Amino acid sequence: MIWIAIRMLTGDAQKFYGLVFGIAFSTLLITQQLTIFVNLLERGASAVFNVPSADIWVMDRVSRTTDVAYPMPSTALDKVRSVPGVEWAAPHLRATASVRTGDGDLEGVAIVGVDDATLIGLPRRMAEGSIDVLSRPDTVIIDDVGTTNMFEDGRSPIGERLELNDQRAVIRGIADAVPSFTSQVTLYTKYSQALRYVPGTRNRLSFVLVGAAPGVDHQQLVARIEAETGLRARTRDQFAQDGIDFIVENTGIPLNFGITVALGFVVGVAIVGLTFSLFIRDNIKQFGALKAIGVANGTIRRMVAAQAALVGLIGYGLGVLGTIAFIWSFSAVPTFKGFYIPWQIPLISLAAVVLILALTGWIALRRVLKTEPAAVFR
Amino acid sequence: MSDTSTQPAIRTRGVTRDFMAGSQAITVLHGIDVEIRAGELTYLVGESGSGKTTLISIMCGILYPTLGEVEVFGTDIYRLSDAELVAFRLRNIGFIFQQYNLIPSIDAASNAAVPLIAQGVARAEARARAVEMLAALNIADQADKLPSQLSGGQQQRVAIARALVHRPRLVVCDEPTAALDARSGRRVMDLLREVAVAPDRACIIVTHDNRIFDLADRILRLEDGYITHDGAHMPEDH
Repeated sequence: MIWIAIRMLTGDAQKFYGLVFGIAFSTLLITQQLTIFVNLLERGASAVFNVPSADIWVMDRVSRTTDVAYPMPSTALDKVRSVPGVEWAAPHLRATASVRTGDGDLEGVAIVGVDDATLIGLPRRMAEGSIDVLSRPDTVIIDDVGTTNMFEDGRSPIGERLELNDQRAVIRGIADAVPSFTSQVTLYTKYSQALRYVPGTRNRLSFVLVGAAPGVDHQQLVARIEAETGLRARTRDQFAQDGIDFIVENTGIPLNFGITVALGFVVGVAIVGLTFSLFIRDNIKQFGALKAIGVANGTIRRMVAAQAALVGLIGYGLGVLGTIAFIWSFSAVPTFKGFYIPWQIPLISLAAVVLILALTGWIALRRVLKTEPAAVFR
Repeated sequence: MSDTSTQPAIRTRGVTRDFMAGSQAITVLHGIDVEIRAGELTYLVGESGSGKTTLISIMCGILYPTLGEVEVFGTDIYRLSDAELVAFRLRNIGFIFQQYNLIPSIDAASNAAVPLIAQGVARAEARARAVEMLAALNIADQADKLPSQLSGGQQQRVAIARALVHRPRLVVCDEPTAALDARSGRRVMDLLREVAVAPDRACIIVTHDNRIFDLADRILRLEDGYITHDGAHMPEDH
């Protein structure tokens, strides 16, 4: 009977494709929007992800994220280095500045000052050039997304001279970095050089990056650093989460994406519900005849479930494939750099599809089950 | 189930059926006592609203009576559980609906095979038996066609094949000639007599088509929920 149910559905091409389209569209909308949402949120932690070598970030007690940081006195670095269990500690400066390009354009940029000696604080990979260029005077390394933003005509930024807060800077490398939430241009330079670019206040040390000694529990080290220095310390994962939470709490993004995802669900329910009920209405005499002939309600339930499962399987597959195609085709666009589909998102979409089909299938099934077999004689 | 040679195919005792119209109960059948015999072509006739559809629905186990008992080949069908009643219908009753109610997206043979498939017979075997039945009805060459590719007469034959393919002991046919001219109607009735009437099978035709009354073995006339005539012919005053 399942075969008959499938043929009943696929034989009505218009409704079959309508149902598949409804599920595919819903899946695409939910999966794609959740994917963009999650990836955008993770951009809130991009500065942390760009320094994978740091186990712990130490900051002033009022600092919240990599972008909301209160500078500390330079003595904080020595305090942290003296805490047992700290393998190494490196200064890290993050600040904003204005840059004037050779073309005369003005751009707001983020300055990141990394440890002069070890260069800890730079992204792991370079897209062009070597990190050794930082030993040359006035050198900055630009992030790859910043390159496309600042040099929209596509020319190479290597060798370009900039006026950075009224100081001379020369781009000598391109870092392969995770873009920030705002895709702001980021310029990496040595800590000592960064101090020159950032107008002076007495305290300019934003963070102390810490590597834990082998075998030392990171959470215990965090507690020890806080106890002995009076500063705030966060493990890498905690600080990444802080950046994500900051966006969730301080922007309308979750609400906006939430509305779109909810719309995807509602549209799915509407299209699938309407088409399913039309399909059942058109076939109610056939279902009534089957019931009169002696097809049990349990079998009818399985038939409708099989129809829903087929539509769901094809529609969901197309929706997920559509999302993959979207992410893949936009992967070269800087805005979508590094975007991926977390495995949880297809599962959430699947749950939504199951819910849509269960809801609409149940409503359609009720009509079939309520149909009296005797109705076929009327 | 009892020996079919000595018992009627259907026996109803005091079958009454009420329908609610708002808060008022309307009695459509008034204590019907009747026996239907196997091997006969029995007509159930009457004007619209006389109760013939209600009676046939009760006789074939798809509508519960308000009062009374219905035995089909010795089984008191309304004492069965819902699941048992559904299974009883599937094994013992064949239906030919006025509008055929064929499934439009499967071919003629598959439509005819539906009762067998519902019984759990493998699809290939069910289809082969359905093609045999279509051959008996002279439309084996149409087995692979969809209902929409068949004429009205061919569709009706597919519906007849579906009603007989599982060799039911009771065949119920609803207004088989309603949409046909006189000659076509008589051809269909000849066909039904040929394939549906058998010594061990009862066949009931619900109709109000007086052009075919002379083809019946027995005619039961219903008027306002009562059986007012039971005989081989319709009375002269009809």
